[in-house]
Amino acid sequence: MTQAPAKSLLVPDARTRARNASERRFRLMGMAAVAIGLVALVVLLVSVLGNGLSSFRQTYVTIPITLDAAVLDKSGNRNPDEMKKVTTLGYGKLMQTALIAALAEKGVDTGDLKPKEIMGMMSKEAPADLREAVLSDPSLVGQTITFPAFATSRIDGYFKGRVTMESAARDANINPEQLALADRMAAAGLIETRLNWGFLTRPDASELRPEAAGLGVAILGSAYMMIVVLVLSLPIGVAASIYLEELAPKNRWTDLIEINIANLAAVPSIVFGILALALFINIAGLPQSAPIVGGLVLTLMTLPTIIIATRASLKAVPPSIRDAALGVGASKMQTIFHHVLPLAMPGILTGTILGLARALGESAPLLLIGMVAFVRDYPSAPPEGLFDPASALPVQVYSWTQRADPAFVERASGAIIVLLVFLLAMNALAIILRRRFERRW
Amino acid sequence: MSLGLLLLLLLALGALGFLAGRQRALAAVRGDARDLHSLPGYYGQTVALFATVPALLLCLVWLVVQPAIVERSISALILPEDITAGSSLVLVMSDVRRIAEGMDALAVAGAASEGEIAALVGQPDALKERLAQTGVALAAPILPHIAEAAQVWRAQTALGGQIMAAAVLALAVAGFLLALWRIAPEFRARNVVERFVRVLLVAASSVAILTTIGIIFSLVFESWHFFQLYPARDFFLSLTWAPKFGGGSDLGLWPLLWGTLYVSFIALLVAVPIGLMAAIYLSEYASPAVRAVAKPAIEVLAGIPSIVYGLFALMTVGPFLRDWFAQPLGLGDSSSSVMTAGVVMGIMLIPYVSSLSDDIINAVPQSLRDGSYGLGATQSETIRQVVFPAALPGIVGAILMAASRAIGETMIVVLGAGAAAKLDLNPFEAMTTVTVKIVSQLTGDTEFASPETLVAFALGLTLFVFTLGLNILALYIVRKYREQYE
Repeated sequence: MTQAPAKSLLVPDARTRARNASERRFRLMGMAAVAIGLVALVVLLVSVLGNGLSSFRQTYVTIPITLDAAVLDKSGNRNPDEMKKVTTLGYGKLMQTALIAALAEKGVDTGDLKPKEIMGMMSKEAPADLREAVLSDPSLVGQTITFPAFATSRIDGYFKGRVTMESAARDANINPEQLALADRMAAAGLIETRLNWGFLTRPDASELRPEAAGLGVAILGSAYMMIVVLVLSLPIGVAASIYLEELAPKNRWTDLIEINIANLAAVPSIVFGILALALFINIAGLPQSAPIVGGLVLTLMTLPTIIIATRASLKAVPPSIRDAALGVGASKMQTIFHHVLPLAMPGILTGTILGLARALGESAPLLLIGMVAFVRDYPSAPPEGLFDPASALPVQVYSWTQRADPAFVERASGAIIVLLVFLLAMNALAIILRRRFERRW
Repeated sequence: MSLGLLLLLLLALGALGFLAGRQRALAAVRGDARDLHSLPGYYGQTVALFATVPALLLCLVWLVVQPAIVERSISALILPEDITAGSSLVLVMSDVRRIAEGMDALAVAGAASEGEIAALVGQPDALKERLAQTGVALAAPILPHIAEAAQVWRAQTALGGQIMAAAVLALAVAGFLLALWRIAPEFRARNVVERFVRVLLVAASSVAILTTIGIIFSLVFESWHFFQLYPARDFFLSLTWAPKFGGGSDLGLWPLLWGTLYVSFIALLVAVPIGLMAAIYLSEYASPAVRAVAKPAIEVLAGIPSIVYGLFALMTVGPFLRDWFAQPLGLGDSSSSVMTAGVVMGIMLIPYVSSLSDDIINAVPQSLRDGSYGLGATQSETIRQVVFPAALPGIVGAILMAASRAIGETMIVVLGAGAAAKLDLNPFEAMTTVTVKIVSQLTGDTEFASPETLVAFALGLTLFVFTLGLNILALYIVRKYREQYE
């Protein structure tokens, strides 16, 4: 009788080893998948932050400018209406003189550069800013003020590392000598790069002046839309949820509504844009680019989110509360409005804030209703301002990516940072609300 | 009267109505609330509701209907010779509107009195100059007839606004008085209020249905227009997409559909394995501490707006894929490509796949796992041979939902996929999708009479039908599966 070679239970055989190896492989694949997800998140955030943080800083040329009364205000009575006759061109000349004088005074060697080329280092927006400052405060005329003016985006890019001597040699808008002069000016303290609040407050600027472009109109437009969304979607969403969850009989009609809500949550956002274009703009004749139209579309898109969240928190209120209220003689409506709804409120608010955050980042439908238009004027105060043209944060990002100058890509990333900060704040608020007020029954 | 003032007046009337109703009810029983049918507040509420709600509804309807009526009456004023070559009624009407708005701006800024504006109508050149000063720059010279039309527009709009204010206020006061007159001790105020509120709730819940009807109506209506101008056969069967503004375009659906499906396919190729494995790891292997950190972190990916992914594709992923894969492999040198958009979209979809699959895997009963372990299977064998097959229908549903999202996604493909419509197999080639073309055909100054613009509605309808079909299928599968274990 031959015995099979003795097998120890302590030494795994080949098959067990293979099975254990495959177990380890599977587990590693799982870890890798989670890791890829996390790495993608980190790379995404780092790439946006890395590209965008520099847009909050801007290069300024700070020079003393003598606001010559003989040029700016010939009549001498400091009347802004008369001073409006001096155009930006006049201020540009003034600025050029001041710049050359400042360079001479600090003993900065300007090389072979012509005065026009030296002036070419300043943003085209700078004289307009100066004019604005003088018109808003006519008493400045005759004084010598220290005015921080934007440098062009190329000089700005040079200090941020986007523009180099080599790229400047191929660039029609700047030449290496100008960059060299910028270096000397920085050494003399005439040029510096510092925080630019204008990025958050100024309106958009034209294709050739990326340095002056800001998010003011976009932030205002987004805020107006959020107001519209909040005012419309919260009451409508809560009312619809109360009806469906507490009052509605189970029949065809409510089934239809439920299916509709589930489907609306999955309809591509661009289809809502088409709806808005056809219904609100073409048929109802509402103006293009107006926050009211954007707010209406985003309301329709946010409603399913709010309804789903509200129904979940209404469902979470235990039936004993309702029974007790009905037992002491409250009507159905009194039960709902005096007892159930207040208890469900934290959940409803959390859902609403999350819905608003989603709406804030939505851009596709807004493209179709004309929010991409170039808007420089701030919309007026609501409610009339809701009908004025405005932009929106995510759409501003899109329109900046469509422009040729690479300086706009930096600003687009900066705008994304602003958008993400708003989203983060809203989500944090939602989490805090949930932590503080959520009740477990 | 401005809209804001009107709304404030209505609110004030409502507040007044509440106080007056309450007061009158109490006065009717000499201050003894026990003799009233309802609590005194309900009498106040009836008055407030009847005063404000019908008036607000009228105001809303009026705001929607009035511009359409004014537009129609002005269109009738415009003569065929006002429409110059290369222009159209729509463009002329938008000029009229802009001139009218410019005139309003002049009047509001106090730059010109009504009399001056009326005089300006006779001198188009002077009018144009004045308008340019207020920021309304017009390209073409203003025809006198158009200026008159703009003036009529303003008159009608102003008149309409006045009539609206009067009508709304009259209705509010009528509701106020009616409700106040009905108040008596035996008046069942609570029942009236509750019926009223119930009607409002039902109305709110039907907004969802109205939205769907609105979507279908606008898509079908404009698509029907499109198919009258352009043969449906060519749209559904042609293999070329070459819109030419000016006529003679080829508007074939297939290149766009191909691009859409190709991008979505790559996106799913990225998202499904990663999302699924992540879900399996997090639900079966991970310790509670890891799960508590990794699950929300992955879900953050779902909360990031798609424009951010678009910019990520444009700035980072596109150039990276071009420099490290496409150019060394000789497959092209475009940074926007199907691959770029697909990979980024895949990253965006990871959380959808993972959180949906996570729920489904967790719903598989523990007894199935325990039975498998009892037979000596390792954990991975249990997952692959027991849990996964049991969860498969639900996972398929989750993948279908992710696919429907991929097909409808817009911003990533607009910024990452390119704009050239072609049928190509090379994933590093720029291609375009249905959503990109909807955006490009409908942004900017559009004229709603040409097939090149209207095609966007037919594309939208295609997209809507596609995603709706996928979603209904997914919901059906998921629902059917859930019932198995419940």
